[in-house]
Amino acid sequence: MALPKVLSLREHDSEDSERRTRIGQKTKDDKTQESPETTPIVRYRGVKKSFGDVEVLKGIDLDMMPGEKVAVIGPSGSGKTTLARLLMTLERPSAGIIEVEGEPLYHKRVGARLVPADERHIARMRSKIGMVFQHFNLFPHRTILQNVTEAPIHVKKMPRLEAEEKAREMLEKVGLIEHIDKYPEQLSGGQKQRVAIARALVMEPKIMLFDEPTSALDPELVGEVLAVIKEIAEKGDMAMMLITHEMQFAREVADRVLFTDGGNIVEQGTPEEIFEHPKSERLQAFLARFLGGVGGGGQ
Amino acid sequence: MSEIWNWQTAADVFWKLTKVVPVTLEATFLGFALAAVLGLVWALMRRSRFRPVSLLAYWMIEFVRSTPLLVQLLFLYLALPRFPVFVIGVTGLGLHYSAYLAEVYRGGIEAVPQGQWEAARALNFSPFKTWTRIILPQAVRPIIPVMGNYLIVLFKETPLLFTINVVEMMSVAKKFGSHTFQYTEAYTIVGVLFFLMSYPSSLLVRWAERRMALKQ
Ligand SMILES: Nc1ncnc2c1ncn2[C@@H]1O[C@H](COP(=O)(O)OP(=O)(O)OP(=O)(O)O)[C@@H](O)[C@H]1O
Ligand SMILES: [Mg+2]
Repeated sequence: MALPKVLSLREHDSEDSERRTRIGQKTKDDKTQESPETTPIVRYRGVKKSFGDVEVLKGIDLDMMPGEKVAVIGPSGSGKTTLARLLMTLERPSAGIIEVEGEPLYHKRVGARLVPADERHIARMRSKIGMVFQHFNLFPHRTILQNVTEAPIHVKKMPRLEAEEKAREMLEKVGLIEHIDKYPEQLSGGQKQRVAIARALVMEPKIMLFDEPTSALDPELVGEVLAVIKEIAEKGDMAMMLITHEMQFAREVADRVLFTDGGNIVEQGTPEEIFEHPKSERLQAFLARFLGGVGGGGQ
Repeated sequence: MSEIWNWQTAADVFWKLTKVVPVTLEATFLGFALAAVLGLVWALMRRSRFRPVSLLAYWMIEFVRSTPLLVQLLFLYLALPRFPVFVIGVTGLGLHYSAYLAEVYRGGIEAVPQGQWEAARALNFSPFKTWTRIILPQAVRPIIPVMGNYLIVLFKETPLLFTINVVEMMSVAKKFGSHTFQYTEAYTIVGVLFFLMSYPSSLLVRWAERRMALKQ
């Protein structure tokens, strides 16, 4: 597979110099020769994943640049969710290396060798990543506000008042400030997913993973969630992996689109390249089925 | 004294028995508290990925559930001669019911959706915080009625403590009977007292069950 082009640099070309120096230091520590601009925030190298005898990812190579928004499309069962779950450390790769900010996620460097990392290392790495799930996974026994403050208070050891202030800010952003004392069961699906987004955002991850955030929603609720994600994408300097079946949304938000099929990244490029000029037959067939079936773009 | 039922005797024994009701209640609540804590310990040990730990809990649970409480009480009584009988009684009850509560906890824990574990992990909760903040609060709520049922069952088993010489309702009734030869009144009143306490409790449990069912 071809190495991903380093594109979509327009985003972080305009970034502040502070971040660059930070990345610059990292690269020096890692003894890599790359310039700061080309240091990926996420890097998959030969990543494979099998469940029993079934290999669902067959050697993924993927770089994501800081701030880059990568949409992942592909048929059901092609390994999109697994791709994200490996990065979130919900699943361990069977082979290959995943790096975050130049540091191996599941390994530690000892001299020139890589040894399996302990849970402490993985926990530290994990704090850079956040995830929004298809089925929200809100904590049903906590109020909306508590859902958002739980991790800052109990993971980051943030004082309660500060955590609540930040949580309110986040909930304001996703338009739920008047619901903070309700319980998840009292909210609509779209509202729940917006809480889940606030809950992940409040931890200030550098990379956010969205696994089909709208596919469990009633059609009329999809828009409000996509709007929130789009706003975050436009404002934030987080890197984002957006697994989605909303083609119109992918086209508008993504810097780059990946098409997965059968455990491989079969094709990738700018939204225009992928949607207007698909090269592989499999992508053409996928798009024809998809766009043809639902009448062009987002459902 | 040949009549079958004497109201005066019944009243006498009633007052005698009410004096030891606190002993029965103490044994019940302390035994249940112990069972609740130990049961959780077994349930968590069962889930350990370290085989010896989970096997130990497995055999503990199976052994306790496969032998009668009466035998367990007598065994502890003989094995621990230096301990006060009340302590032995509470330990026996607690140990016995911990095996049943372990299974109840297990059911509760397994009913927590996988997504809750994943959300906790994605938010970087430590294993301890995942259990205490996310999993256990959700696991325990729906099993509260079942736990309540076990509390009532345990309560009704406390007369067994009489076999290891704990002074509770049963032993008082027996002593009263042997002095007065009015066993009928004595044992009947024991039954009445148990009924008066456990029936309202079971109504409470049923109410809790209905509430839980509505919440689903
Ligand atoms: N825990 C698991 N155990 C066994 N097989 C699994 C497991 N998780 C995923 N799979 C299998 O791996 C394959 C890829 O699954 P994955 O969920 O990554 O696909 P996906 O592209 O996200 O599909 P969808 O669009 O349906 O969400 C599927 O065939 C799935 O059945
Ligand atoms: Mg999926």
